[in-house]
Amino acid sequence: MDEMKEVVLEYIVDEYLDEDDEDEVSYDSPLISSGIVDSFSMVSLKRFIENKYSIKLPDEEATPEAFDTVNSICKLVNKHLG
Amino acid sequence: MENRRIGGVHLSNIGSYEERIEDFNWDIAKDILDWKDGELLNIGAICSDRICSRGDGKKTALIWEGFGDKNARYTFDDLRVYSNGFAKFLSEQGIQPEDRVCIFMDKIPSLYFSFLGVLKLGAIAQPLFSAFGDESLEVRLASAGTRAILTTRKHVRKVRKIKDRLPELKKIIVVEGNPDRLKEGEIFFDVENSPRVEEFDVYHSTPETPSVLHYTSGTTGQPKGALHVHNSIWAQALTTSWVLDLLDDDIYWCTADPGWVTGTSYGIIGPWALGATQCVLDSGFTSSRWYKFIQDNRITVWYSAPTAIRALMKDGNELVSDFDLSSLRNLASVGEPLNAEAVIWSGEVFDGLKFHDTFWQTETGAMMITNYPGMEIRPGSMGKPFPGIKAAVLDLATHEPVDEAGKVGLIAFRPGWPSMFRQYWKQPDTYRSKFVGASENAMPDELRTNPDLWYVSGDRASIDKDGYYWFVGRDDDVINTGGHLVGPFEIESALVEHEAIAEAAAVGKPDKVNMEVVKAFVTLKPGFEPSDDLELDIMNFIRKRLSPLAMPQEIEYRDKLPKTRSGKIVRRYLRAIEWGEEVGDLSSLSDE
Repeated sequence: MDEMKEVVLEYIVDEYLDEDDEDEVSYDSPLISSGIVDSFSMVSLKRFIENKYSIKLPDEEATPEAFDTVNSICKLVNKHLG
Repeated sequence: MENRRIGGVHLSNIGSYEERIEDFNWDIAKDILDWKDGELLNIGAICSDRICSRGDGKKTALIWEGFGDKNARYTFDDLRVYSNGFAKFLSEQGIQPEDRVCIFMDKIPSLYFSFLGVLKLGAIAQPLFSAFGDESLEVRLASAGTRAILTTRKHVRKVRKIKDRLPELKKIIVVEGNPDRLKEGEIFFDVENSPRVEEFDVYHSTPETPSVLHYTSGTTGQPKGALHVHNSIWAQALTTSWVLDLLDDDIYWCTADPGWVTGTSYGIIGPWALGATQCVLDSGFTSSRWYKFIQDNRITVWYSAPTAIRALMKDGNELVSDFDLSSLRNLASVGEPLNAEAVIWSGEVFDGLKFHDTFWQTETGAMMITNYPGMEIRPGSMGKPFPGIKAAVLDLATHEPVDEAGKVGLIAFRPGWPSMFRQYWKQPDTYRSKFVGASENAMPDELRTNPDLWYVSGDRASIDKDGYYWFVGRDDDVINTGGHLVGPFEIESALVEHEAIAEAAAVGKPDKVNMEVVKAFVTLKPGFEPSDDLELDIMNFIRKRLSPLAMPQEIEYRDKLPKTRSGKIVRRYLRAIEWGEEVGDLSSLSDE
């Protein structure tokens, strides 16, 4: 679980934040509600996770709330990893 | 502000739609604002100074909340002083009337202050959506010959990447953040921590003085700048009063970003011209955050978008009941057609209140066809033309008005309403192409004042026997995603800049929440193979260069793309497949 959190967090920092960004992002930082990741960009984050873990996340479960923190994303992924 | 109450009961500002049509003239807007001929016609001043002059300086103009616990309240006197501050500062920087000043920031208070300040100076406000990537930004700044940009620490990085290719851009102004982190040539200006500017000699604009330049996407070529003038305020104020039905004691929330026309016409100009209190939420979308915002601020009138409404629907009815939304009394929607299910759903969960769909565009500057308070809503219909607007659907072949109920045609309007766009920035031929019946070489001023022409919107609809309009779809390849128009050409141009892509076509595909999302069809260069990782890389490439809206949500790899014999990619074929429609005549396609 911790390794997955690291992978997801690193992807978010690389893709959605700039190098000199002052925002500190942790596993509990809000992503969607803070505007770091908007609802359209969430699609590419979801795609990354699906590719990385070879799973398919149903649209009805991939809600802004479920994607709002690294912790909540990993919880959803683990559910589908079985 | 007009306030029709009889025996304490509000009957709606518009009253009888039929009666309003009978006795309509645009001077009614002046009466509502108690406007006298000879007064200063400047949107910046009307929305701030004038409200203070009538004695409402202490009234709350803006209730703002950001992410986390950030919040602030501003009175109309604050609006007056801070917009003065921006106007004075820009003047000192050498900005002249009619210079284009881009406002490129999230929905922070300075966006609203600077918009009014730019107009008070007589310059042209050019708001741009802050999620735009550097390429989208560059195209629009280069087109407009923008002289100054007002932005924030977060977004100035995109400006840095492109500024050397923009010789007309003379001033880069950062309005918040840490001034120590600015680079050479950038200027810091924090209006709230600068001396209050009590007096500013507002530019004496005429009705035809340019005010706002909004960029909009088309099928071909890069985005076009639709130019508006100060006279637009009459249409914006009157539609705000009659359709949104604002009263003196309302708390109003327009969810649109002022990077798009709804966010300026109805998120700034209309409500503040009337002296209304409005709310702004500058934070990412979640249903619970939105409901809490309505609950906490006791919002009464709510103007939103179908995409957001469908996202709220998706999160279910139970969530709605967790909040006290009893303050709401009028709901309206814009951006794309509001489906019947969403109208019916809103009636069920918001205590009988149904969203009133409204139809208009960047070019029209104000609402054109809408559902009105007090009028029967037919779920799924756009409603009826606003009083004073002469609308029709034109036959697809003859371009004559259609008389037959239910027959599909092009939505068109007779020119001449106050908020009509005055030109596409430096593109008179493109402007002319929007008018049916225009003579060759006719210039924008002739076109916009000729009552015998039709301005064609680019959308298709039918009219039922009772005069209600029903949206059918776009008449071109422009993609309407989440209520925002995205041009396929702009996406395709960016796609072929990716190292792996040889050719590309972008079309809209159906989406339950956003109505349409972008889908790209691509052929790859030798040495590249289709893969999921490549797809993600292409998606992120477009997201960063253009915007999240333009990012394809699906990429289909093809060996070749359908083309005409002259080599032009046939988008309509690909689009028809996505929508499960007839592909039509394919005789012009190349066999190769």
